[in-house]
Amino acid sequence: MNPRILAATTGRILRQLRHDKRTVALLVVVPTVLLTLVYYMYADQPVRPGQPSTFDRIALIMLGFFPFIIMFLVTSIAMLRERTTGTLERLLTTPLAKLDLLFGYGIAFGLAGVVQATVAAAVAYWLFGLETAGASGLVILIAAVNAVLAVALGLFCSAFARTEFQAVQFMPVVVAPQLLLCGLFVPRGEMAGWLQAVSDVLPLSYAVEALQEVGAHADPTGTMWRDTAIVAGAAVLALVLAAATLRRRSG
Amino acid sequence: MEDAVSVRDLVVERGGRPVLRSISCAVPRGAVTGLLGPSGSGKTTLMRAIVGVQTITSGTVTVLGRPAGAPELRRRVGYLTQAPSVYADLTVRENARYFAALHGRGHVEADRAVTDVGLGAAAGHLVGTLSGGQRSRASLACALVGDPELVILDEPTVGQDPVLRADLWAQFHAMAAAGTTLLVSSHVMDEAARCDRLLLIREGRLVADDTPDAVRAATGVEDLETAFLRLIRANEAGRDGAAGAEKS
Repeated sequence: MNPRILAATTGRILRQLRHDKRTVALLVVVPTVLLTLVYYMYADQPVRPGQPSTFDRIALIMLGFFPFIIMFLVTSIAMLRERTTGTLERLLTTPLAKLDLLFGYGIAFGLAGVVQATVAAAVAYWLFGLETAGASGLVILIAAVNAVLAVALGLFCSAFARTEFQAVQFMPVVVAPQLLLCGLFVPRGEMAGWLQAVSDVLPLSYAVEALQEVGAHADPTGTMWRDTAIVAGAAVLALVLAAATLRRRSG
Repeated sequence: MEDAVSVRDLVVERGGRPVLRSISCAVPRGAVTGLLGPSGSGKTTLMRAIVGVQTITSGTVTVLGRPAGAPELRRRVGYLTQAPSVYADLTVRENARYFAALHGRGHVEADRAVTDVGLGAAAGHLVGTLSGGQRSRASLACALVGDPELVILDEPTVGQDPVLRADLWAQFHAMAAAGTTLLVSSHVMDEAARCDRLLLIREGRLVADDTPDAVRAATGVEDLETAFLRLIRANEAGRDGAAGAEKS
C-alpha cells in the first residue's frame, strides 16, 4: 500500500460521488423521511413504564441499518462499474496495489456512511426526541463500522455479478437475512436454536446488540466494544476476500 | 540495443479455442511499431499479453528486460485499452489527475497530457458528456500521463477526425524521437505507412514483421493494403502446401 495512492483513490471516489448530486441528496434525505414515517407510525403506541418507547427501540437500530443497506448497494454498483468499464483492469496495470483500491472504497464510502448516520442521528435525537442512555457519538461510531462492513461486503459480492441487475439482487441475499435475524423483529434469545446459530454468524447481529447496549447503558460496556470489534473484524475479513477476487491476469 | 518487447512462441487459448498460435516477434526501442490485422485477429490479446493482464497458455513475453506483468513494469508501461476506460462521472482533468497521481505525477503533468491530446478546451467537462472520439482521447491522456517508457495503444485513433488523427500520429513520433517505445494497433491499413515497423497478424498468426519499405519491396507493390493481401495469400498458400506435403 502507498499512502499517496490511497489518498488519491479515496479522493477520486468521493469526487465521483460529489458529481452525482442526486445520489448525495438521496443519501442524506431518505433516512430522515423513513425516520419520520416510523415516528408517526408509533406515535400513539402506549409506552410501558421503565421500557424504551417503540420509536426509541426501532430508530436506534435504524441508525445502524441505513449506512449498512445503502453503502452495500452503492459499493456493489460502483465496483461492478469498475469491472465492466475496464477501469479496474487499467488500474491493475498501474502502480496501484489492490489494497489501495479496496481501502480507498472503504474510507470514501465509510465517510459517506458517517455523514448519512450523523444527519439521521441529528434528526432522530433533536427532531423526534430519541433517547439513549449512552452517548450519540457511540451510535455514530457503530454506524460507521457498519458502513465499512457494508462496503467490504459490496466489494466482495460485486465479483459475483456480471450485470447491475445481478448486483442489485445481492442486496436481498446479503442484507435481508441479516435484518430479519438481527434481533429487531424477534429477540435473538427467543428464536429457535438453529436460527440463533445462523444469527450468531451474521455480523449485523453484533452491530444491533452494540447499539442496544448504547441504548440501555450510560457508559460504553464491554459487550458493546466486543461486538463493535467483531463487526470490524468481519469487515477486514470481507476486504481480504474481496482482494482475492481481484485478479491482475484474466483470460 | 535490446528490444523493448520480445515475444517467443506465445500461445493463448480462450475456451479451448486458439487465439494466438505460436507468435514470435519483437518491438524495437524508441520507435513506433504498428500492430495491424483485421478485427478478431488477436491484436488485443497480444497487447494484453505484453501488458501482463492476459492469461497465457505457453511461451514467453519479455518487456523491458523483465517478464511481462512484473510489478516494477507497472510504473514503466502505459496501456490504452480499446474501449475507453476512464471514469464517466469525472471530468477529463480529474481523470488525468487521478491517473497522474497513481504514477507519482502532479497536476502540471496531468494538465499537459490533457492539452497534448487536444482536450484542453474540454478539460472541465464530465467524460460522460463527451463524444466517442473525445472520450477515447481522454483515455489516451490517462495512458500517457505517467510518461511511460513503453506505451501500448489499442486502436487509439478510431473515431478521430483526420486532422486529429494526424496530430496524434505526430505526437506518437515525437514521443518515439524522445526515446519512448510505442506499440500501436489499428485495423485501418492506411495507418500502416505511418509506422516505423509493422507487425501484421491474422487469425492468431504473424504474417509480417518488417518495415513498411521492406514490405513494399518484398511484395513489389507500393500500396500497403495490397502488399498485405499478397503476403496473406502467399502465407496461406505456403501453409496449404505444407499441409498437403505432410499428408502425402
